[in-house]
Amino acid sequence: MSISAAFFAIIRRDLLLALRRRSEIANPLFFFVLVITLFPLGVGAKPHLLQAIAPGIIWVSALLAAMLSLDSLFRSDFDDGSLEQLLLSPHPPSLLVLGKVLAHWLVTGLPLLLIAPLLAVLLGMPSQSLGVLLLTLLLGTPVLSLLGAIGVALTVGLRRGGMLLSLLVLPLYVPVLIFASNAVEMAGSGLPIDAQLNILMAMLCMALVLAPWPTVAALKMSLN
Amino acid sequence: MDKHTLQAQKLSCIRDDRLLFSNLDFTLHKHQVLLLEGKNGSGKTSLLRILCGFREPDAGVVHWCGETINSEQYRANVAYIGHLDGIKKELTVLENLQFALALAQAPADADTVQAALARVQLAGFDDMPAQTLSAGQRRRLLLARLLLAPSPLWILDEPFTALDKQGIALSEQLMAEQCDRGGMIVLTSHHDLNLPSTDVHRIRLS
Repeated sequence: MSISAAFFAIIRRDLLLALRRRSEIANPLFFFVLVITLFPLGVGAKPHLLQAIAPGIIWVSALLAAMLSLDSLFRSDFDDGSLEQLLLSPHPPSLLVLGKVLAHWLVTGLPLLLIAPLLAVLLGMPSQSLGVLLLTLLLGTPVLSLLGAIGVALTVGLRRGGMLLSLLVLPLYVPVLIFASNAVEMAGSGLPIDAQLNILMAMLCMALVLAPWPTVAALKMSLN
Repeated sequence: MDKHTLQAQKLSCIRDDRLLFSNLDFTLHKHQVLLLEGKNGSGKTSLLRILCGFREPDAGVVHWCGETINSEQYRANVAYIGHLDGIKKELTVLENLQFALALAQAPADADTVQAALARVQLAGFDDMPAQTLSAGQRRRLLLARLLLAPSPLWILDEPFTALDKQGIALSEQLMAEQCDRGGMIVLTSHHDLNLPSTDVHRIRLS
């Protein structure tokens, strides 16, 4: 139907835009790789220590990389007036916002997921936790994008919203960080991790359903 | 299609503690054009943004066919051209147009799109990135969007900006066609509007 056509049209457009301005894909990924490769240099040649803090390093870097990439979510649409046209279209705005967030995650979140196993091996993470790391990233990074969208929508109209954005969004990111890095760590010790994964899944479902509404409301406020 | 009306009742707008207008009433029927006049900063754009639903009026209501404008049904009937054109400079002319049509639920086949581009004198530009267009050509691209997604209500904020004489004549022609087929237009313009056979109402904001 035409609603899903608009949903796919916006995903297609945003992916095309990302392809034409490649730095948007490269920046968060570059940051992610850089931070993780710098850690062994900073910590020194202590494989056991690195192995112990690897889940935390990877997840904190992923979280910061996600936050770095947030501003591009609505910035150009706000600046060139596309956002007005989106909100004036007859389609449910929450669906269009969801499409935008999905495209944004495909461009900034998915690459992190693809490169993470390599970096995990670099930090000496035990092989039994690699799968869990990927799973937590798969469940967790979309939550970061969805929650971040609310923060960006609130601050996109401000001239220097960067600082405010991190203050708004970081507290919301903390639960994801705690449960995800904890799951990876426990998996490394061979302990059950069902509870953490269930909570991450619940967070993802909640964010998918509930985050688009406040995002739309905040975008409308920013346009006013 | 018969009973399309846009009605504003006792609209007021306050911006930065300054009263821009108050108790503004008007009713717009089909075939009619409403031209907002007034000097810079008199609230013309604010009024248009209220009519689009981007801004809440500080008092009063806007009705479309007797219902408040906060509905999908209203948004399906309105096309807006503002100061910001909503054109993505990295996308080509055709991609921009196709996305706008997908948003407006107005599927058009390739021939119709080409005909519309030819009409606004952008034929042959369809695979050029929009950033290579001049300001006037970008405006023409917006005209093509209006042409392909015919909405009963057009809300146009300074539509003649950056257009050359031919472009202005073309927009006036499109406006006349819009009124002929029963549409209506609300616009602001500092340019003299040359629409001899249409019913143009004027509101002066001061």
